[in-house]
Amino acid sequence: MPRSYIVDDPEKRQFLLDREVHVSEAVLRDEMAHIFGKCWIYVGHSSELKKPNDFVTRKVAGRPVIFNRDMRGEIHCFLNTCRHRGAIVCTEREGSRRAFRCVYHGWAYRNDGALGGVPGEEAYRGEFDKSTLGLRKPARFESYRDFWFLNLDPDAPALTDYLGRATEYIDLVVDQSPSGQMEIIAGAQEYDIAANWKLMVENSVDDYHLPTTHATWLNYMANSGVKIERPTEGRVLPTKGLAIDLGNGHFTTDNVNFRGRPVAAWIPIYGEEAKPEMAEIRRELEARVGPDRARRIAETNRNLVIFPNLVINDGSSVTVRTFFPDGPTKMQVTAWALGPVEETPTARSRRLDAFLTFYGPGGFATPDDVEALELVQQGLANWQDDRWTEMSRGMGREGDQLNSDEHHLRIFWRKWNQLMEAV
Amino acid sequence: MAAITRAEVEDFLYREAALLDEWKLEEWLGLLTDDAAYYVPPNDHPEGDHRTVLFILADDIVRIRERVKRLMSPDCHAEYPHSRTRRMISNVRIVSAEGETVTVAANFICNRFRRYERVREYVGAYRYVLKRVGNELRIKERRVIIDAHELGSLGAVSFIL
Repeated sequence: MPRSYIVDDPEKRQFLLDREVHVSEAVLRDEMAHIFGKCWIYVGHSSELKKPNDFVTRKVAGRPVIFNRDMRGEIHCFLNTCRHRGAIVCTEREGSRRAFRCVYHGWAYRNDGALGGVPGEEAYRGEFDKSTLGLRKPARFESYRDFWFLNLDPDAPALTDYLGRATEYIDLVVDQSPSGQMEIIAGAQEYDIAANWKLMVENSVDDYHLPTTHATWLNYMANSGVKIERPTEGRVLPTKGLAIDLGNGHFTTDNVNFRGRPVAAWIPIYGEEAKPEMAEIRRELEARVGPDRARRIAETNRNLVIFPNLVINDGSSVTVRTFFPDGPTKMQVTAWALGPVEETPTARSRRLDAFLTFYGPGGFATPDDVEALELVQQGLANWQDDRWTEMSRGMGREGDQLNSDEHHLRIFWRKWNQLMEAV
Repeated sequence: MAAITRAEVEDFLYREAALLDEWKLEEWLGLLTDDAAYYVPPNDHPEGDHRTVLFILADDIVRIRERVKRLMSPDCHAEYPHSRTRRMISNVRIVSAEGETVTVAANFICNRFRRYERVREYVGAYRYVLKRVGNELRIKERRVIIDAHELGSLGAVSFIL
């Protein structure tokens, strides 16, 4: 009988989560095999590799990888480890290289992965075939609209099948660019949080916490002239928002915007001088995608989770955020800003400024999220004596599911539990 | 008016450091010009421009004042109770001078303590543009360049670094 970490009772409209999931080394080991070893995991964006020979290095699911373009411009992902004794072969964070040469004994790999030079090659007398000793690749490596993912499971479904209905929400982001090309903007925000990685999944879409955790951000918005409506009967938020199940463990919020959007809803923080250009951005959008879709893009904000650990927040600005466990009680977060490639310098500057109003380690909101998550983790030291997390909010609600309920959190946990039950 | 000297700049920076360490942030605002800016560039692009690169923090004077409001609120969870900070400033140099304005470089270590936590040590360089207004120096621009390759275990820059 496989072990379940959730109590999911539709009769009692009750959903409970075993707090061991956030503290246990054993759970983390199983996650590395059954979550990170089976799912499509985000690696990077095509725009990070502008020219042939460009590369970046990073850690994905605990694996150091090279994400690069070869000399012909083709995009690859290689495990950053020498086939000889295992050293990292590319030590730089980013750059442009035709070859990666291991500093230890000098084995050199072309940027299409093939092993080129081996110093003193004649000393190998037996079975030694350089053509089988190219840099290793993850089992699968595929992209959707410039977002590249790896999968360590050779039998995984195709990426687009895995993404399923989530592609619709990725499209709402990518279609903000007239040419359909978004780019990662230079400058990564990298920070650790002393909390289990799954708490960040919950936090990224849990709008229930907005009024309390982000009271000072709401104040800042109000002081700047943003009109913040008092929540109407039965709600905790200024505007209506939905939580939407996208299948396969993916989900999103879909909220009526009040906080301003670089594409293309003006708020006073942007300044009077921004109005004509923002109107022009909106006109271009409407002409290209039609008024209904333009309204959808410009007047809603959406926090999308691609199971298990990619978040695309299309809110005050667009952020691409991914995070990995570093032990059960710590995670490492990386966040980037995403914008249309053809954006004017003033629109780009406004987008970056809007980003910092909320997001990141110096933002007006993220530090309080970090604090909340770390407080959860600290409290969970009591897990053996207070075992269950209560996550039933909104359970059994008819019709639309609200962003301030926990419907979407339950979607994550059901999927997670299903994969972990396969252990 | 006599040229701005290093000793004068050092006195000013030490006074500022004391105000920040003592969380006298409203008083600290008084050290800023009305068009002051405060920047923390990202660890991977320390020389970047905030208009083209995503910074950790890029405030104009309006947002600096809002930041202080936020930091002094009990609802600023990341800094309530306040971190204790202690900053050491050294290697102060006047890099360039033009009329009543000087560009100043300095090194710093800022130790930050929060409950239940080990010390977090922020190490880096300050870059200031200081302007003489009347008899006093004022901060026109304040740039904090963190040496760490990534913020990593430093986590947030939720206080005034």
